[in-house]
Amino acid sequence: MSALSTVRERFFSQSRRSEDLTIGIILLALVVAFWILSPPGSFLSVANIKNIGVDASELMILSAGMTLLLIAGGLDLSIGSVVIFAAVLSAKTINAVAGTGPDTGPLAYHHLGLAIAAGVAVAIASGVAWGLFNSFVILRLKVPPFIATLAALGMALGLAEVISSGTNVSGLPLPLQEDFGLGEAFGILPWPIVTAAAVTAVLWVLLSKTRFGLRTYALGANVESARRAGIRVDRHMLTLYVLMGALAGIVSVVDIARFGTATLAAHSQDALSAISAVVIGGTSLFGGRGRMFGTVIGVLIPAVLLNGFVILQIESFWQNVAVGAVLIVAVYIDQLRRQAGPST
Amino acid sequence: MTLLAARGIRKRYGQVEALRGVDLEVGDGEVHALIGDNGAGKSTLVKTLSGVISPDAGELELRGAKVHFHGPRDAQGAGIETVYQDLALAPSLDAGANIFLGREPLRGGVRGRLGFLDRSRMRQEASVALADLGVELPSLEAEVGTMSGGQRQAVAVARAAVWGTALIVMDEPTAALGVRQTEVVLSLIRRVCEQKGVSVLLISHNMAHVLEVADTVTVMRLGRRAAVRRAADTSLEELTLLMAGLGGDAEPDAEAEAEDER
Repeated sequence: MSALSTVRERFFSQSRRSEDLTIGIILLALVVAFWILSPPGSFLSVANIKNIGVDASELMILSAGMTLLLIAGGLDLSIGSVVIFAAVLSAKTINAVAGTGPDTGPLAYHHLGLAIAAGVAVAIASGVAWGLFNSFVILRLKVPPFIATLAALGMALGLAEVISSGTNVSGLPLPLQEDFGLGEAFGILPWPIVTAAAVTAVLWVLLSKTRFGLRTYALGANVESARRAGIRVDRHMLTLYVLMGALAGIVSVVDIARFGTATLAAHSQDALSAISAVVIGGTSLFGGRGRMFGTVIGVLIPAVLLNGFVILQIESFWQNVAVGAVLIVAVYIDQLRRQAGPST
Repeated sequence: MTLLAARGIRKRYGQVEALRGVDLEVGDGEVHALIGDNGAGKSTLVKTLSGVISPDAGELELRGAKVHFHGPRDAQGAGIETVYQDLALAPSLDAGANIFLGREPLRGGVRGRLGFLDRSRMRQEASVALADLGVELPSLEAEVGTMSGGQRQAVAVARAAVWGTALIVMDEPTAALGVRQTEVVLSLIRRVCEQKGVSVLLISHNMAHVLEVADTVTVMRLGRRAAVRRAADTSLEELTLLMAGLGGDAEPDAEAEAEDER
């Protein structure tokens, strides 16, 4: 019995490693394919790699948070609208504090530092507020997360439209865009990439090294056993939803800095893109299982696909088709692996 | 010596009076079995002892001192650990994480204050606890969900043995197990009791198992204690009759009824 179990266990720990390997290989294959097919020096140039990184940065931040949420057995469909809501409020705050209009040249902004600090604070605070709202509906009113955050998806967008009277908020101070959105840290790495990398690193450590991370897994694995083990389940879930909201706030700052405007029409697919990236990375939709490494790959795959298609002058619409196919393949492989083992 | 005494415990769920003034005395360092037919009130009594429910009336004494449990944490704080029938394990975590869940050791210094886990200590102490009980697992890194029923039971018992300092309550530990795994778990129960010096309260409806491992048997019937027997002085036949309400001491029932009338 124990010999068989040992073999089984060995198979499993190896197959878990090989699962990480599988999506890693898919990503590597894509990179190699685009490198061969693209004109020399286009796809694998430093500038283009930075492009891919910047394009992936916002989805990376959201997906890192979604990884924790899905592992804990939660779900948040509202993040895209929360990003818009936070962007609108933040942009309005920055404009109000810094002053706007053609009379003020790029160097003439008053209180620029203060304006940006206030904008960041407002962005994160509005994200946190939506996280608290979602927590209240899910944990107190006991509305399932799918429904609760679907409702918040509509409400946050609607309120953003009310606040902005349905128009994009533009005219943000140019230095915000030039120095942060399009700027590079120490002239090396674009700020959006630095921000995404820092957020991901912190959440990676939080998930894999800390008590909070272990309890996040425990909640998703068996919420009742977590409760009986004395873990304050509701407080833990509240923290995760608030964290998710705060991350949406950070993303909104990156977004308005990159584009110089708070756009109402963007981000409608953010939640689904994040969930598919996380699932491609091997995290279970049913909780209890998942790793940040997989999520990083799961975010890079669609980014590389889109970038490669643009360089090869394939219509970018095909990216959606390709990502859908990758999602199915990733989940199919995951199911095969699970069927091979004992049922739990 | 009496470790835990429950006196006159009552609990009503709507129209149903699950416990009607039940008494229970568990001695120090013994395996005490609690048996009874379905609906006798065993589970409700166990939930009272593990702090999951608060009784409507009656008192609990631990080592002669009155105790009140307002939740499982209180009972755990008093040294009472419960192995639930569904084991309450997290299937995607390993044995160490399951044993320490909710009471995870942290690293020293700044990292500890930031909530960093001491994984090597978790793994090492789990391995010692399992070895002490003679439990062999395929690997300490294996997910509990991939283990056999007996191995999972062993992990749940090991968790209780690590933390329980007074009493370990086991609710139907062999109900879902095959014959061989049942043997393993029964000997595990005795080992926990003898090595750790704690008492074990074993809830079961399998009287053969009860007679095999228990020192003392309390029979419950209709929310009351029907009889107490030393395992060595009783038999399958007698226990069966007692559970069915035939024969045995009439006193506890009479006492309870007298109380009812008052």
